[in-house]
Amino acid sequence: MDIIFELSFIWAGLIAFAVLTYVVLDGFDLGVGILFPFAHSKKDRDTMMNSVAPIWDGNETWLVLGGGGLFAVFPLAYAVVMSALYMPIILMLLALVFRGVAFEYRWKTERWKRVWDAAFFGGSTMAALCQGIALGALVQGIKITDRHYSGGWWDWLTPFTVLTGVAVVVGYALLGATWVMMKTDGAVHHRMRDLAKPLAIATLVFIAAVSIWTPFQNYTYFERWFAMPGFLYTLPIPVLLAIAIYMLFTGLARGHDVTPFLSSMALFVISFIGIGISFYPNIVPPALSIVDAAAPDASLKFALVGTSVLIPLILAYTAYAYWVFRGKLDPDNGYH
Amino acid sequence: MLSSFAAETLARFQFAFTVSFHIIFPAFSIGLASFLAVLNALWLWTGDAVYRTVFDYWKKIFAVAFGMGVVSGIVMSYQFGTNWSEYADKTGPVLGPLMAYEVLSAFFLEAGFLGIMLFGREKVGNGLHMFATAMVAGGTLMSATWILSVNSWMQTPAGFSINDVGQFVPEDWWAIIFNPSFPYRLTHMVLAAYLTTAFVVAGVAGWHLLKDRNNPATRTMFSMAMWMALIVTPLQIGAGDAHGINTLEHQPVKIMAMEGHYDSHPDGAPLILFGIPNPAEKRIDYAIEIPKLSSLILEHDLNAPLKGLDTVPDDQEPPVAIVFFSFRVMVGIGFAMLGIGLWGGIQRWRGRLYDTTWLHRATVVMGPMGFVAVLAGWITTEVGRQPYTVYGLLRTSESLGPVAAPAVAASLISFIVVYFFVFGAGTFYIMRMMGKHPGTARLGLRDGPVRAAGITPLQQTHNAHPAE
Repeated sequence: MDIIFELSFIWAGLIAFAVLTYVVLDGFDLGVGILFPFAHSKKDRDTMMNSVAPIWDGNETWLVLGGGGLFAVFPLAYAVVMSALYMPIILMLLALVFRGVAFEYRWKTERWKRVWDAAFFGGSTMAALCQGIALGALVQGIKITDRHYSGGWWDWLTPFTVLTGVAVVVGYALLGATWVMMKTDGAVHHRMRDLAKPLAIATLVFIAAVSIWTPFQNYTYFERWFAMPGFLYTLPIPVLLAIAIYMLFTGLARGHDVTPFLSSMALFVISFIGIGISFYPNIVPPALSIVDAAAPDASLKFALVGTSVLIPLILAYTAYAYWVFRGKLDPDNGYH
Repeated sequence: MLSSFAAETLARFQFAFTVSFHIIFPAFSIGLASFLAVLNALWLWTGDAVYRTVFDYWKKIFAVAFGMGVVSGIVMSYQFGTNWSEYADKTGPVLGPLMAYEVLSAFFLEAGFLGIMLFGREKVGNGLHMFATAMVAGGTLMSATWILSVNSWMQTPAGFSINDVGQFVPEDWWAIIFNPSFPYRLTHMVLAAYLTTAFVVAGVAGWHLLKDRNNPATRTMFSMAMWMALIVTPLQIGAGDAHGINTLEHQPVKIMAMEGHYDSHPDGAPLILFGIPNPAEKRIDYAIEIPKLSSLILEHDLNAPLKGLDTVPDDQEPPVAIVFFSFRVMVGIGFAMLGIGLWGGIQRWRGRLYDTTWLHRATVVMGPMGFVAVLAGWITTEVGRQPYTVYGLLRTSESLGPVAAPAVAASLISFIVVYFFVFGAGTFYIMRMMGKHPGTARLGLRDGPVRAAGITPLQQTHNAHPAE
């Protein structure tokens, strides 16, 4: 238990936190894009986009922190993961380019508005799909020889990764629907309420399918989830999941505003922790451990000093920004 | 072998392409964010509605430019890994933490307060809105500081050792961050961003002055931009000179390429104003030279000896022609900016700043030239560093990851198609916004008459309009 060991584990936790924060925050604003074609009118689409316009940029910054943080403290993991997931990463980046600019461009043109609507939908969906595929590819394992990626260029594309890709699209759509429900009144609110229930059911089906399939990707995962004593440690996960599912469906049934959104987020947090349990102590399964991939102690320490001050500060002003734009959206209020 | 060469070439082109597109937007948004903060402060301080009008005009342009900067920047943060994973593994321990600090101290700050700056004035009040605007501006400067520290370290590495798997290991963070070329590079880049923005603002104002000389918002923009041009251009030329002397000390080969010194000059080197590098014969064809001036500029001594590329092995020589030309483009634009700045100063002194049509035309032409200069300067410094990614230590060819040429080619083509479509559209929207009249000052902060740049036009009757 020397200091390097502990620092690298603290950092693994911090990177996981950044990625999870990204998933739940950008998850709902990507979800808003995924649901764009389901809006009945142009006005509803305006409202949906305005519900995330002031905050999407901050949400996406967590993705930059996930990538930048990995580069800083686990450079080897960053190097092999980016090589292995070359194509889904590039596709995700291009998709994020499209949807990111749509936030501004959409308001600058009438004739091309439909094009940027399509870019917002297509970009959001593609980004979500690629993130899910990347996750699945990581779970199924990445081949490494002598600090280099040694697999093929299409290893990331398997039935399992397609399943995880679609699962993430559906899950983000649920986050988006419950977010818009929370932020709006009137027609668009009801439209999202109608969509939320089937999306919730679909999300659960996908969580179940991925959960059942995952342990067969790697015997370590199987042992951890189904054999003693791993089973006892992982038992709280399904229990918490059941509670979140109960809250989600009762919240939807009773017409609550906030509960469905928070419960959907909880589904993601719990699933994410479940994946983390499968991975531990690796950062890139099946063979690259957190300790092996860590940067030298001097890097970990230097980065940790500022991070421990800056992350709470960021959380504080991010919370403030959300607070400023709290409550139901006034559909006529926008700066455009 | 052939395919690894092809993969390297394609990957280099891809990086150059994506980073060239990206650098345009920060260069603009650093300057524009500070401009907006100053305008907002002036509005709050003086209550003069003209500043609010100008603020609102540029705020919309800033939002679009910033959006393009964000999305092209996300691409950059992942590109070190996709094509350059060997570089990422080796430099990660030193450069990764600096980039992580850029994200933590700058990107979040910008993103967190951007929403409030754009959408939140009515919700948070003028004071907090000013604070948010200042935070966005501060974030852009903080971001520039970190990323230039990273870039400078790649040019003049310091404060590290190398471990048994070939990674750079940090030894002294102070020496890493404040590496020898960092202060010069940061100053040069931030001034470049301010100048670029000043000339864009001057160009837009010049365009509108040509149509209407009496609009107070246009006059204010033009006046502020011309002050910036007059003051910052000489500072920039001084900063560039100091940067050049620093480069001679730490990257002499780059200076040889910039200056076109194929031969050593033991008793005073001439300044080659122009010519055509001939890499095969290792000389500058058709050179127009001023004797001894290069030694005077670089060493402040007419007869100081300067070494040439003849002292450098071929495999350590950067592509001379690219560096030679891009440097001349940058310097040429710099001196043209100086000329416009001085011209504007003279016309202002004579009381004819808003009436000199030819000056307005010239600023329209010069409007986009800052971007050209930034790109040319960036090419000079980055190509001049070749064949290394970390100067003298890590070759570009050793930085490449296990990429296949077809994969890099496919992604390169995708980037080119998407970038031209997306950023072409964005540039079109920005140009269209710039083509729109800035409008008239119509919002007073306080009750009372509107003072608009010293004149009191008829528009002041519009003061009665309610706040947006």
